[in-house]
Parts: sequence; structure tokens; C-alpha cells
Amino acid sequence: MSERKINLEVLRYDPDKDSEPRFQTYKAVPCQDDWVVLDALNYVKDNTDTTLSYRWSCHMAVCGSCGMMIDGEPTLSCKAFLKDYGDTIRVEPLYHFPIERDLVTVIDDFVEKLTKVKPFLIPKQPKSIEEGEYLQTPKQLKKFKQYTLCINCMLCYSACPQYGLIPDFLGPAALSLAHRYNIDSRDGGCQERMKVTATNIGVWECSFVGACSEVCPGHVDPASSLQQMKIASTVDWYKKRLMPWSKS
Amino acid sequence: MSGSSKISNKPIIWGLFAGGGTLTAFLTPALVLITLLVAIGVAPNGLSYSEIHGFASHWLGKLILFGVLSLSLWHAAHRFRIAINDFGIRADIPVAVVLYLLAGIGTIMSVVYLWGM
Ligand code: FES
Repeated sequence: MSERKINLEVLRYDPDKDSEPRFQTYKAVPCQDDWVVLDALNYVKDNTDTTLSYRWSCHMAVCGSCGMMIDGEPTLSCKAFLKDYGDTIRVEPLYHFPIERDLVTVIDDFVEKLTKVKPFLIPKQPKSIEEGEYLQTPKQLKKFKQYTLCINCMLCYSACPQYGLIPDFLGPAALSLAHRYNIDSRDGGCQERMKVTATNIGVWECSFVGACSEVCPGHVDPASSLQQMKIASTVDWYKKRLMPWSKS
Repeated sequence: MSGSSKISNKPIIWGLFAGGGTLTAFLTPALVLITLLVAIGVAPNGLSYSEIHGFASHWLGKLILFGVLSLSLWHAAHRFRIAINDFGIRADIPVAVVLYLLAGIGTIMSVVYLWGM
């Protein structure tokens, strides 16, 4: 297998020493041609600079922890093959999140937003264990399956210009997850979730730029779920005012 | 952000926007084609001035024209508001007021004209 020398321009930040982030270039990192950017970072960490910090775990685009800006695009570094990039690659922490250290970001805001939308099944009619499982047909499953594929990598938050402008915006992943439960045939929590998702910082901050769906490694297509939620919230809004007697 | 925890009233505009969008997605290409055909003088049967005038004089025709005109205007206004925001002009409220005012005036004018026919 042939080897290729890559220059890695990495944004470094040590909160104890640096007043602000700075770029550091690791020159001529010897890389195999089937490597991904994460492999190159691992090489640097193992051989050149043990202080370099970044998150990763699965190395197979499943855990969602290795998201970074690679040449300015939010990307999973374990999915970013070196052969698709030039000889100098710029690596930065995900945009729109505070930096904790080097490529590690502070994700508290995202985690808090996830919990806000109640991303769990709120059964229409709670059942006791004796009454058995909540059954579902393959067709009912198919309706929301796509939205279960989110791996919480936060690339969509990094890509979303609205989230960058309005940090309060609940954002693509959290809203898509709410949608995933809303359209689950076993769930009855839509109204409960709308208390958060139908507010100004919910779906209505989305201006349908669609960047979230472009960068999503799981092909969840968050933009589509947000548009569907806008329709549902609109129908609900009109229904509550024009037919106040109806229980939606 | 103030009022961020309240249920949004954006559905008022967004409903018109979505309705207009669906409508124009289907109608605009057909209208462009027909306008071009009429312009080069090969208007299909039934699209002569007198027949269109007849259509616009009937109450159902008026209703259809009103729906198409007003919803398209609201769609365009809202789309434009968002486009301006996406271009980085951060003056959402004044922009929204001006654009929705224009859509509102257009809506009223379409009522006035259709009524007066
Ligand atoms: S390391 Fe798990 S997604 Fe990249």
C-alpha cells in the first residue's frame, strides 16, 4: 500500500495556556492511502504530539463522536477518506459550539435541547406489563424509521446557519427526534412536545436552508422532518382557533 | 428571547406561504407556458381575451383567481423575507412588515378589481 504525506492544520486550544485558539500544522504526516482523517490524527497523537485532544470511539460512523470541521465542512473524521482531500487538510472543532480543548467541543447545549423535546415514547394508553407489548406493523415502523437513525453527531448543528445566529433554536437533530416519536403509531405525546417544538425557538426558527440534510451522515434528512412538523403545527394552530371544540 | 416559550403565531403566515407554495409549484410553470404561447400568438382555443374575461366574470372564476393571486403574493412575501434573512440582512421585523404589507395591499387590490368586473 502506498504512503502519502499529508499536512494537518489543526486548531489547537488549551484553556490553561492559550488566550484564544490557534492553528498548528503537523507537517508531512505519513499516511496510508486508505486512511481517513481520524487515522491521521491518531498517528499524530501516537507519534508526534500526545497532547492533541479529540473525541472518537467506533471508527465506523456509528457512535457520532468524531465530528469535526474538515476543510470547513462538518464531517465525521472516521468517514473522511484522505483520498478525497488535498495534501493539506484543515481540521477544526465543530462550528457553533464552544471549544473545550483542541477539537473537543462543549455539547451541553445540545444535550439539554435533546431532553427538552421528550424524546421517548409517551404511550397513547399506558398498558400494564400483563397487557403485553405495544404492537406495530412494518408499515407503521417504516414511517418513522429514517428518523431513528440519528447518531447525535451534531454535524447538523454545525451546518445550520440559523443555529449559529440564534443559539436558542432547538435545532435539527432534537426536532427530528421529536418528530420521530410524534409519528410513531404507539405514541400520543405530540401535543406535549408541541409546547416546546411549536414555539418560536422550535420549528419556526428553521428557514429551510437544508444544510442539515446535506451533512447528515445517517441520511436522516432532518430538514424534511422539520417541514412536516411545520405543517403539523400549522394545522394544530388553525384547528385550535377555528374548531376549539375539537380535541386534536 | 422574549416570548420564546409561547406557542408561535407563525402558522398564520406560514399556512398562507405553504398553500401558496403548493399552488404556484403546479400553476406557475403552466402559466409561464401559456403566457408565452399567447405572446407568440398561438393561444390555444378557450384562451382568447373574451373567454378569459368570461371566466373572470363568473363568481367561481373570481374565487379561483383570488385564491391564486393572494396566496402567490403571501408565498412570495414570506419566501422573500426568509431569503433576505439568509442573505445576512438582519432586519427581520421591518422587512416582514414591508413585505406583508405589500402582500396585503395586493390581496385587497385583487378583491377590488375582481369585485369591480
Ligand atoms: S468514531 Fe464513531 S462516528 Fe466516527
